[in-house]
Amino acid sequence: MNVLSELDKRIIRELQEGLPLVSRPFLVLADRLNLSEAELLARIEDFIDRGVIRRFGAAVRHQDLGFVANAMVVWSVPEERLEAVGALLAGFDEVTHCYARRAHPPEWPYNLFTMIHGQTEEECRQVAARLAAACGVQHYRLLFSAAELKKSSMKYFLD
Amino acid sequence: MSLDSMDRQLLNLVQAGLPLTPQPYRKLADKLGISEEEVLARLKRLCQSGVIRRLGAIFDSRRVGYSGTLCALKVPAERIEEVAAVVNSFPGVTHNYLRNHDYNMWFTLLVPSPEKLHRTIEEIKARTGVADLLLLPATRIFKIRVNFELAEG
Repeated sequence: MNVLSELDKRIIRELQEGLPLVSRPFLVLADRLNLSEAELLARIEDFIDRGVIRRFGAAVRHQDLGFVANAMVVWSVPEERLEAVGALLAGFDEVTHCYARRAHPPEWPYNLFTMIHGQTEEECRQVAARLAAACGVQHYRLLFSAAELKKSSMKYFLD
Repeated sequence: MSLDSMDRQLLNLVQAGLPLTPQPYRKLADKLGISEEEVLARLKRLCQSGVIRRLGAIFDSRRVGYSGTLCALKVPAERIEEVAAVVNSFPGVTHNYLRNHDYNMWFTLLVPSPEKLHRTIEEIKARTGVADLLLLPATRIFKIRVNFELAEG
């Protein structure tokens, strides 16, 4: 378990506002934190090693890049096959996210969730059919997004 | 906005990762064979137009110590707008989508502790008046990939 220090939290608060678009962006943040540029870079490396930072790069709006259809495909997988099916579906390029989640039978029997991004809904349906054939699970359905009601980046430690 | 070939190359690079070095944009510029100023100008445009949602650290909420879950609400069609306004007003709700199912409102919730998670769920039920809520916490994460590879031509 990670225990974050007060300094860690201060660094996270600065980093989550985004990397400044200037020649020496880490220097700008380091000055605000009273750290040296080298020390801040070392702290960021350490966050990456500890898994606190999953990725240091850009997050994009996939709709703007032509990936307009996104389908949540939910699967009802026998408990003893969950691990194997999850690992198998995660291996497909078209699957961007794959999670096991608590099911709520009978109204919600699905315990494995995959996100598929495609250019069209039809393409998503074809991908789902291919995934179903590969894993041998036929009890699934596609939920398309009809509207995006909110999408924001989480801001931590602001309370 | 329209993306030219250099934008696409740049997006592929910055999605893969920003170099952890004092002058990261210069390093990208050297790779692309353009100036640091041009990299900065292009990134500014991509951020302002919303193609890039965020630049820099993408955190793992669990490792930061937060608790989270996916939730699904069954909202009567005529109440969607009103319920969405309440749900979206919680800062820990980062994503909210309308989907084609009886459970039609799907949102993610992140809060600083497990206790706070249950309090917040109860508050959402009380303030929306919608009791039919599925709590769908992840029990296992097999994959999170957020890079979208672009043809560079």
